[in-house]
Amino acid sequence: MPRVVVDVMPKADLLDPQGKAVYGALSRLGLGGVRGVRQGKRFELDLEGQLSEDRLVDLHRVAETLLSNPVIEDFVVRVEQP
Amino acid sequence: MRVGVVTFPGSLDDVDARRAVRLAGADAVPLWHGTDELAGVDAVVLPGGFSYGDYLRCGAIARFSPVMGAVTSAARRGMPVLGICNGFQILCESNLLPGALVRNDSRRFVCRDQGLRIENTATAWTSAYTLREEVTLVLKNGEGGYVANAATLQRLEDEGRVVARYLGDNPNGSMREIAGICNERGNVVGLMPHPEHAVNDLCGPGTDGSRFFTSVLSAVVAA
Repeated sequence: MPRVVVDVMPKADLLDPQGKAVYGALSRLGLGGVRGVRQGKRFELDLEGQLSEDRLVDLHRVAETLLSNPVIEDFVVRVEQP
Repeated sequence: MRVGVVTFPGSLDDVDARRAVRLAGADAVPLWHGTDELAGVDAVVLPGGFSYGDYLRCGAIARFSPVMGAVTSAARRGMPVLGICNGFQILCESNLLPGALVRNDSRRFVCRDQGLRIENTATAWTSAYTLREEVTLVLKNGEGGYVANAATLQRLEDEGRVVARYLGDNPNGSMREIAGICNERGNVVGLMPHPEHAVNDLCGPGTDGSRFFTSVLSAVVAA
């Protein structure tokens, strides 16, 4: 079964309060050597049937309109299992 | 004069918004998120709350609801639309307003009486205010930080489309202390604080919010 993964991350130049909170927790746990943490989202789309170029174009559109907000987030679409 | 107030699953302030509409002297018409019919209303309020549980992003799922298809077309034709708090988030997600609202920089939910300066009185929802008038409304949000890229911010400033700005300490990290903006035509306004919670002296910080709802009455009569 084909699986497509969409990773969505807050844009690099925007403050990421969630990542900042996680970063604060890491230092309280005594974990050194971490310069920063950013928190994003991962979507796994399990598809029925065959993956085609046309379907990938559709998935790209969905990633851009629903799964991410291009004003504040960047996304990457990748095929995990063809 | 009929003002529709949309109820999404998870809306919280639809009842207060309908009450504010009635106190202003208009008929409040409940609109369900699953309808694509606006029941002949003259204006629409998208109320605060947590539509669809704020899943995915605030307003992201509401944007694709049947009622928002109808609201978006009506707004593009010039119908007055006011998005309050979650409604503002929905308007940004729908691309009816530029920019986006992100988690407060303080990482805390903010709930307080908030001073604002009204900076645009040419919109359908603010004509009853005086330019640069200072008012107090209720602010309550977890994701109220207004962000946009530099070009968009400049354009908003140059075109006078910042409708209201926070006074005093920035409550949520909004760029340029922006509390509310409008579209080019001034019929669509998004506002993070809640005017519908400031329409009665008994409950709330006064009645400074009432004129958002009386403004739209004259906008519709004039149209």
